[in-house]
Amino acid sequence: MNTIEEIQEAVRASPRLHVRGAGTKSALSGAATHSVAGLSGMVEYNPSEYTFTAKAGTPVAEINAILANHGQYLPFDPPLAGRGATLGGTIAAGLSGPGRYRFGGVRDFLLGVQLVTGEGRVVRGGGKVVKNAAGFDLPKLMVGSLGRYGILTECTCKVFPRPETTCTIRAEFVSAEAALEKLCALATASFDLLCLDAGPADTLLLRVGGMRESADARVDRLNAFLGASTHVLTDEEDAQAWQSAGEFSWLPKGYGLIKVPINPARILELEDAAGAMNPAPVRHYSVGGNVCWLGWPNDAGAEHADAFLKRLNLPGVAVLGSFRQALLGHQTGDAFARRLLSVLDPEQRFQPYAA
Amino acid sequence: MGQPVTSTPDALSGLAQIYPPDRLLCGPAELAPFESDALTAFRERPRAVVLAESAGDVIETVRFCHRKQIPFMARGSGTSLSGGSLPIRDGVVIALNRLTRVLRYAPQERIVVVEPGVINLHVSELAADDGLYYSPDPSSGPVCTIGGNVAFNSGGAHCLKYGMTANHVLGLKAVLPDGDVVELGGPSLESAGPDLTGMFVGSEGLFGIALEITLRLLPRPERFRTFLAAYNDLSMAGDAVALVVASGLLPGAMEIMDRLAMDAAEAAVGAGYPEAAKAVLLVELEGPAEEVAAEEPKLMAVLEKSGAYHVHLAQNEAERAAIWKGRKCAFSAVGRLSPDYIVQDGVVPRSRLGEALTEIEKVGRESGIRVANVFHAGDGNLHPLILYDGNKEGDLHRAEEVATRILRMCIAMGGSITGEHGVGVEKRDYLPEMFGPEDTEFLHMLRNAVDTHELANRGKMLLIDEHD
Repeated sequence: MNTIEEIQEAVRASPRLHVRGAGTKSALSGAATHSVAGLSGMVEYNPSEYTFTAKAGTPVAEINAILANHGQYLPFDPPLAGRGATLGGTIAAGLSGPGRYRFGGVRDFLLGVQLVTGEGRVVRGGGKVVKNAAGFDLPKLMVGSLGRYGILTECTCKVFPRPETTCTIRAEFVSAEAALEKLCALATASFDLLCLDAGPADTLLLRVGGMRESADARVDRLNAFLGASTHVLTDEEDAQAWQSAGEFSWLPKGYGLIKVPINPARILELEDAAGAMNPAPVRHYSVGGNVCWLGWPNDAGAEHADAFLKRLNLPGVAVLGSFRQALLGHQTGDAFARRLLSVLDPEQRFQPYAA
Repeated sequence: MGQPVTSTPDALSGLAQIYPPDRLLCGPAELAPFESDALTAFRERPRAVVLAESAGDVIETVRFCHRKQIPFMARGSGTSLSGGSLPIRDGVVIALNRLTRVLRYAPQERIVVVEPGVINLHVSELAADDGLYYSPDPSSGPVCTIGGNVAFNSGGAHCLKYGMTANHVLGLKAVLPDGDVVELGGPSLESAGPDLTGMFVGSEGLFGIALEITLRLLPRPERFRTFLAAYNDLSMAGDAVALVVASGLLPGAMEIMDRLAMDAAEAAVGAGYPEAAKAVLLVELEGPAEEVAAEEPKLMAVLEKSGAYHVHLAQNEAERAAIWKGRKCAFSAVGRLSPDYIVQDGVVPRSRLGEALTEIEKVGRESGIRVANVFHAGDGNLHPLILYDGNKEGDLHRAEEVATRILRMCIAMGGSITGEHGVGVEKRDYLPEMFGPEDTEFLHMLRNAVDTHELANRGKMLLIDEHD
C-alpha cells in the first residue's frame, strides 16, 4: 500500500487487516497482512519551527539523518531505528527510547496525525504547530494503538535542537538496592540528565548533554554525587552505549522482549519476582526506572508472561518474539476504549489479535 | 438533540436525594456567581449547582443526570477564558472546589495523585520542599484547579520545552458521561496500549469528569537566568524569537509584551519594564549552574544582535520575580485600561510571529479597537487582548470582529485557533474552519460514541445540532 487511496481500498475490501511498517517489532508485526512501508518520505520540514511532517512508513533513520543536518533530533530516541523502524510503527507501538527521560516520549513529540479509520475514512487530528488545544487529541490516542484505532498515514512531530555534546557515566554499585536508591536521588535532583538507565539493575547509565564547555564540570559533580565506581564514555563510546540500549543488543538469543511500564517504587518487587524464576527473565530499566525492558526466555513459555505480569499488577506490551497477544498483564480503560473503537473501527477490521 | 427535558421540580427533588440543602443551590441569588466564568461576555442560568464533596457525589450526580437526560458540567474555579465553564441553560453544575484532597504524594516516584479541585499552584508548593514542581503554569495558577486544567489541556509559559497539561498527566480515574467509571494510565511515565489518558485530557468536559489525577513532577532547575530585551518595534521582538531558536538554545520560556500590556502591568505591580520600549522579549534560561553559565553569553550575543536597543539580565531573584509578576498579571492588569476585554489565544508558526503581530496591529487600527499583546512567543501562541466597553453601543461587536479576523489569520497561517484556552463556547464556530467539515464531523462522532445524548458540557468545543 503506497498511497492513501490504496489503503482506503484495502480497508474497504478486507474484513480483517493487520498493518505493519518495516516489521522491526516481531511480536507486533509477525502476522501482519499489509505494510505501509511504501508510504514513505519527508513531506515538510521546518527547522525554525521545530516541526516536521513525514509519511507514516518513513524510516526513523532517514528522518534522523535529515534532522541531524540541521542540528536537531527526536529527543525520545525512537528504538530500533538502526534496524529500520518506521515513524508510524514507532508511534503505533508507543515506543520511546532512553532519551525519553529528559523531555518526554513519543506521545509528547507527536503533534498531528492523518489516519485511515476502519470505515476507510481519512481523518486528521491535532495540528502542525508546536502548541494546539483544539479538538480531541487523536494524536495521543494513536500512540500505542497497535493498529487497532486506525492506519497512520502521515505524522507531524516536534523536534528539539541537539545538544552540542553528550557523554555518559557508567556507575557500578554493590547491589540493585544501592543502585536504585541512587537512581531515585538522581531523578529528584536537578542534574538535567538526558538519559537515566539501569541495566543490569546494579549498574546505572547516565547521559549528560549540553554545551561543550560545561560538560567536564557537570561530570565531575555527578561523579561526586554518585560516590561509586564510575567510568566516563565519550564520543563514539557514548554513542555506542545508547545505540545498543535502543536496539536492545543486550537481549540474549532465545529471549522475547516485553515493555513493562513501571515506576521506581516497584522495581525491587519485579526484581524479586523475575529473579525467582528459572530460567529468569533479563531486565533492563530505562527512563529513570519508568520502563522495564523485560527479556522473556522462550523456555519460560510466552503464554506465562501474561500471568506473570498480572500477578504483579503491571501492564506490558510484547515487542520482540512471539506472544499470543500484544497487550499483556494488567490493562485498564476498556470502557472508554470500546466507545472510541465503535467509531474508529466499528466493524472490527483492525483486530489482529482477537481471532 | 431535542430530548424531553425533565421538569424542574423532578430534577431538584432527585438531586435533593443526593445533596443536603446547603449543598444544592437553586435560588437566583445562589446561582448568580456561577452564571459566568472568566469570559464575562457570556452568561447562562443553570437549573442547579451542586457542591460535591467526594468522587462518590460526582459519580452519583452524573448517573442521575444521565438517567434523567439532564445536561451537566463540572466547574472548578471558573477561570476559563473560552467560556469552558459557562453553565448549560437549565443544566446542572457540579462544583468540584471541595474535592481538594491530595491522595498520594510520592516524591521518590516524582508523582502526586490529586482530586480535581486542587489548585494548580498548590501542587508546586506541596512539592517544593523535595525540590520538585509541577510544570504547567497558566497565569491563573494561584486560583485555577487541576480538574479544569485537565479538561482544557492548560498551558502556560513553559510549553515549548515542557509541554502542556496533557504531557504531565500520567493517569486518571474518570466518570464517563453515562456514569461508567474508568481508570486510565497509571503511575508510570510510560504506558502499554493506546494513550487513553492523553485522549481524555483536553476533551473540554465532553468525555466526562476526572476524579483522580496522577501528575508528573519535575525537579526544579538549579539556576535561572532571566533576560529582558527591549525593542523599538513589536515585530522586531517577534523576529528575535526565531534568532534565539536558530541559535540552538532551548530556553525554558520566551514571552513578549507590547507597550500597552507593559503599561497595564506597570500600573498594577510596578514590574520595572523599560519605559521607552515598544515591546520586550523575556527569555529565561534554566538548568544546572554550569550549563546556564555557558549558555548565558551565547544568548546575550543573540539578543544584542537581534536589534534590541537594550538587554537587561535580572540581577537577583527579586528582579526576576518582578519581571514574571508583571507578565503573569498582564491579563487582569489590562482591566485597568478598559472595562472589558476579550483574550484570544491563537497559534501561528513561530517564524511568522513578526508578520502576525503587524497584521494584528493593522486589524486593531482599522477597527478603532485597542489591542494589547502578551504572548508565549516560544511556541507562537498569541494572546491579543482586545479592549472594549460593553456599555458602549456596538463596541462588543467591533471587538468580536477583531477577534474573528485574528483567528482567521491564525488558521490561514497554518496555526491553531487555540493554544491553551480551549475552544469552549467562544471559538466553536471556528473549529470547522480549522479542521474542515469532515474532520469536524468525526469529532462529533467520537463525542457521540462516548456521550450519546450529548449531556456532558453540551455546547462546548462542538456546535450543538441546529434543531436542538
